[in-house]
Amino acid sequence: MENSALNIVVLVKYVPDAQFDRHLIGDAHTIDRSESILSELDEYALEAALALTDARGGAKAGNVVTALTLGPASAAVAVKKSLQIGATQGLHVNDDALAGSDAWATSLALAAAIKTLGPVDLVITGMASTDGETSIIPAQLAARLGLPQVTFASALEVDGGTVTARRDGDDYSEEIQASLPALVSVTDQANDPRYPNFKGIIAAKKKKMTTMSLADLGLSASDVGLAGSLTTVSAAAERPARTAGTIITDSGDAGIQLVDFLAAQKLI
Amino acid sequence: MPNFELNEEYQALSDMVRDFADNVVAPVSAQHDAEHSFPYEIVSHMGELGLFGLPFPEEFGGMGGDYFALALALEQLGRVDQSVAITLEAGVSLGAMPVHRFGTQAQKEAWLPQLTSGAALAGFGLTEPDAGSDAGRTSTRAKLQDGEWVIDGSKQFITNSGTDITKFVTVTAVTGSTERADGTVKKEISTIIVPNGTPGFTVEKPYGKVGWNASDTHPLTFTNARVPEENLLGERGRGYANFLSILDEGRIAIAALATGAAQGCVDEAVRYAKERHAFGHNIGHYQGISFKIARMQSRAHLARLAYYDAASRMLAGKSFKTEAAIAKMVASEAAMDNARDATQVFGGYGFINEFTVARHYRDSKILEIGEGTTEVQLMLIARDLGL
Repeated sequence: MENSALNIVVLVKYVPDAQFDRHLIGDAHTIDRSESILSELDEYALEAALALTDARGGAKAGNVVTALTLGPASAAVAVKKSLQIGATQGLHVNDDALAGSDAWATSLALAAAIKTLGPVDLVITGMASTDGETSIIPAQLAARLGLPQVTFASALEVDGGTVTARRDGDDYSEEIQASLPALVSVTDQANDPRYPNFKGIIAAKKKKMTTMSLADLGLSASDVGLAGSLTTVSAAAERPARTAGTIITDSGDAGIQLVDFLAAQKLI
Repeated sequence: MPNFELNEEYQALSDMVRDFADNVVAPVSAQHDAEHSFPYEIVSHMGELGLFGLPFPEEFGGMGGDYFALALALEQLGRVDQSVAITLEAGVSLGAMPVHRFGTQAQKEAWLPQLTSGAALAGFGLTEPDAGSDAGRTSTRAKLQDGEWVIDGSKQFITNSGTDITKFVTVTAVTGSTERADGTVKKEISTIIVPNGTPGFTVEKPYGKVGWNASDTHPLTFTNARVPEENLLGERGRGYANFLSILDEGRIAIAALATGAAQGCVDEAVRYAKERHAFGHNIGHYQGISFKIARMQSRAHLARLAYYDAASRMLAGKSFKTEAAIAKMVASEAAMDNARDATQVFGGYGFINEFTVARHYRDSKILEIGEGTTEVQLMLIARDLGL
């Protein structure tokens, strides 16, 4: 089974573009998603999946990369972009009752969605979302699916039925192996994500895109949303605007003033 | 009513190239400009993205897109780096397109796959020291001798003609003449593929240009340069007509590039006008600046509409010669005017070479000259009015 085709699921999230200022809306517990994109951190997960399947002959050889997202209608953009980049098919879980879901409720729905895809060899995720940034979905999802989990991988290889991943710490690296099926989350050091090319953009239109509701997943509204969540956001506030910095004019004691300033900020 | 809203595929392509331009091209633009170095790594990456193959069919390694897709890509690249954009523009519309349009099956199979993948480049040698838009003055000659074209003459300002990955230059040459009824002589002009490395074909030293520093431009000389007879591209004697049709399309591409440059100046000016403070406000607060930028935005918008219209006519199979001339003129003037205004908004920084607006200031002038000067566009527009 050394080079046998792989069936991989990649989690992709539709998040506000981190290049711009982000804002809270409504009850101030929700982030404005009007200027949103496929999460950049998820592009590393998709690239990891595509590199593995490309090496095994791609879609022609029976490899499948499913881009899975959970979110409102607009979140389909994240799946479409993934299809343009090279994913084989898309799955979008969209149900009004999902609004307000925390990681616990989200991972429940994602696990149910993955189960509809039949036997899967690998679930690959990014290291975090660039909005919520909990980084906990991969672990919860692995537990719900009963899969071994390797998180924060900066490199991964699949050989036969084994995935090998490298985890880089501050002053060490470790190599971890798990048997397939498994779940791996990858960091932004894992690879160099590709851009879609025009052929991919055209081809994406013909790829299979499935939308599922909670009922399709066998879940009810009370399993998810605020009712199905273990945590709630009790308050959120936008970061105060940056204030002008301190300007030190050198009249002989600038060095001392600088050291005093850094000491007051507890930086030295 | 006409609708200039981009469909999903065009929009996705435009977004992709914009992302690439901002994150991959822009960070190295100032350095290539300062060092006058050819951006091989960018060309290779553009090849991987399929940009060199955009308007070509898949059987020759193309992307199966169209000329408008190319124009959209050129606009996004032109925003941040005109040298990179012109390298793509010339590579596609002057390097590969003549082979695709007029080549034999054998010529297409021999050359197109490496051109459409961006692995190789080719140039188009039309302009001569004493012949530009008046191509009837072409003096480069090609004589057929023992199954070979023997070429003598010189060419001027030939883009992509001397890079490490340039494979050939298609040159126009006089291959004979006929006498008209009134006794005057009509030159027979043909196009011939001359591979780089052909003995007698010399790529001269690059020019010291005002701008487009990272674009590869050389004079070429041909002294008894011999190529096989089958290197004739298209019909003998059709060289003039062939290159005219290539130039019409090319004007749409240059218009798109110029629109990008005009927009790049707007984007930079807006950013700076919000950042820079003077007399208690950001300078964009003052109408002296904001009105200037509003006018810049209007020019970029009109330039875009003009090239969209010319491209849509071309894709619909309608005549587009005049519309392409209008688009080329309007867009190149928008780029030059916006570059001048943007440098003014930037004040002293606008005069510093490493700033994007300063580069646009130096780069934009050639847009009013290359691919037909503004005066040639006016001539075409006037001729269409029966004048």
